[in-house]
Amino acid sequence: MSRIDIPSAVAGTVWQITADAGAQVGAGDILMILESMKLEIEVSAPQAGTLRLAVAEGQVVSVGDILATLDPA
Amino acid sequence: MVHKVVVANRRAAAARVIRALRGLGIRSVALYSDADADAPYLAEADEAVRVGPAPAAASYLNRDAVIEAARSVGADAVHPGYGFLAEDPAFAERVELEIGRFIGPSPSWIARMGHKPRARALMARHGLAVGGGSEPLGDDDAALFLEAERVGYPLIVKPALGGGGIGMVVVRHAGELAAAARRARSTVRRAFGNDAIYLERLVERPRHIELQIVADRHGTVRTLFERDCSLQRRHQKLIEEGPAPAIDRAALDALTGRVAAVLADIGYDSIGTVETLLDADGNFRFIEMNTRLQVEHGVTEAITGVDLVATQIRIAAGERLADLLPTTIAATGHAIEARVCAEDPDRFLPSTGVLEVFRPPAGPGVRIETGFAEGNAVTPHYDSLLAKVIAHGDTRAQAIARLDAALAGFAVAGVHSNIPALRRALASPAFQAGRVHTGLLAEIGEHQA
Repeated sequence: MSRIDIPSAVAGTVWQITADAGAQVGAGDILMILESMKLEIEVSAPQAGTLRLAVAEGQVVSVGDILATLDPA
Repeated sequence: MVHKVVVANRRAAAARVIRALRGLGIRSVALYSDADADAPYLAEADEAVRVGPAPAAASYLNRDAVIEAARSVGADAVHPGYGFLAEDPAFAERVELEIGRFIGPSPSWIARMGHKPRARALMARHGLAVGGGSEPLGDDDAALFLEAERVGYPLIVKPALGGGGIGMVVVRHAGELAAAARRARSTVRRAFGNDAIYLERLVERPRHIELQIVADRHGTVRTLFERDCSLQRRHQKLIEEGPAPAIDRAALDALTGRVAAVLADIGYDSIGTVETLLDADGNFRFIEMNTRLQVEHGVTEAITGVDLVATQIRIAAGERLADLLPTTIAATGHAIEARVCAEDPDRFLPSTGVLEVFRPPAGPGVRIETGFAEGNAVTPHYDSLLAKVIAHGDTRAQAIARLDAALAGFAVAGVHSNIPALRRALASPAFQAGRVHTGLLAEIGEHQA
């Protein structure tokens, strides 16, 4: 597996970051919750890896903006 | 009567209220945030006032800003539409104190019905069936688990104050409870400024059946039939219809009579909606009452010919139902509403952008309610509703055919729309047979995937 960038599927705001930067996460773990159009949108890890965050809570994001990067273990 | 009404809402909701005010010869004042400065409803009102920047908390939910706007134009009433401040008792009280009429029920009703566990207890005391549920719960996890055992799994965590399906989390077993409660509390604290939650026993595959109430300030309560709002995603309604298809009419009539009697007994005094869940065994359970105009009011208007918004305004001004509505009102034909939203049709993810193409359809029996025009921007600040398409026909089959044709002819480009998902639902054998339940839309989606 290689390093993988996680892009935002929506335009909105980073509401809550639920995983710690540098943490080892598993595939499917919830990393953060975005808010757009009064909805909360969970962003989960597509594979296992070490989490690097590219955004902070409250930050406004557009479609395609990189939210986080996973480095394979 | 009232003379000048501030419409404390935006887009489709504002446009609908402004139209009713014009019909009554009452001056209307539209409010807008910076994200809605291009909206067509502003030109439809007699005046328009900026209420703040784009975020709802700084504009349409900002009580001080809305009150100040109403004062600045010399309004003598405020219509809250639906959503935003429509069920905020503190706002309604301020309107009555500082401006004039709040177009809705007496403010105490908003507080009484807005607190969901208390509203359930009130209705239960008056003999309406309610499902198993808890009192509001604070931060004490031990109490939470005890109450959950008493209510029984599966259950649903709900905000004590609030609505719109926000903050509702299904819990199948005890292992999911703590995380679900934490999540629900954090969601509802942000959405409603209060993190009280309560538990309700989950009803599997229920139908959502709601009753339209019309009551005046002189003790008269009437009901205007039901709407079936079972087609939902994320606990939010997407397709609503009336009359409810394939239902035990005698049982529904009995429920309607009982609800009208209870509301007359307790003195409800505006339009409102009593929401119930109907389980597979044919039992209705009260879930909540909304003390406001409902998004899907157009379904009832289509089958009854009653203008619910004009009626609501005249009731608030003190008129009597006897002078507003015919003595007998029949339900004529069948009406179905679809909510066209800026969402992708598969995952229902919100989609923002500029409406490069936006051409709502027209046709026999078709009514469109929208607040958008081609070229307008759809932003992440508010809900994803682009338009409501309401089709009326002599029969349910004709209403379905007309709605489907209208959706097929609805041109939207620049953002994704859920139109393909709406059409898939209308075409499904279960929907066509009236075998609807609140999980149907998800099942149709899975079948598709």
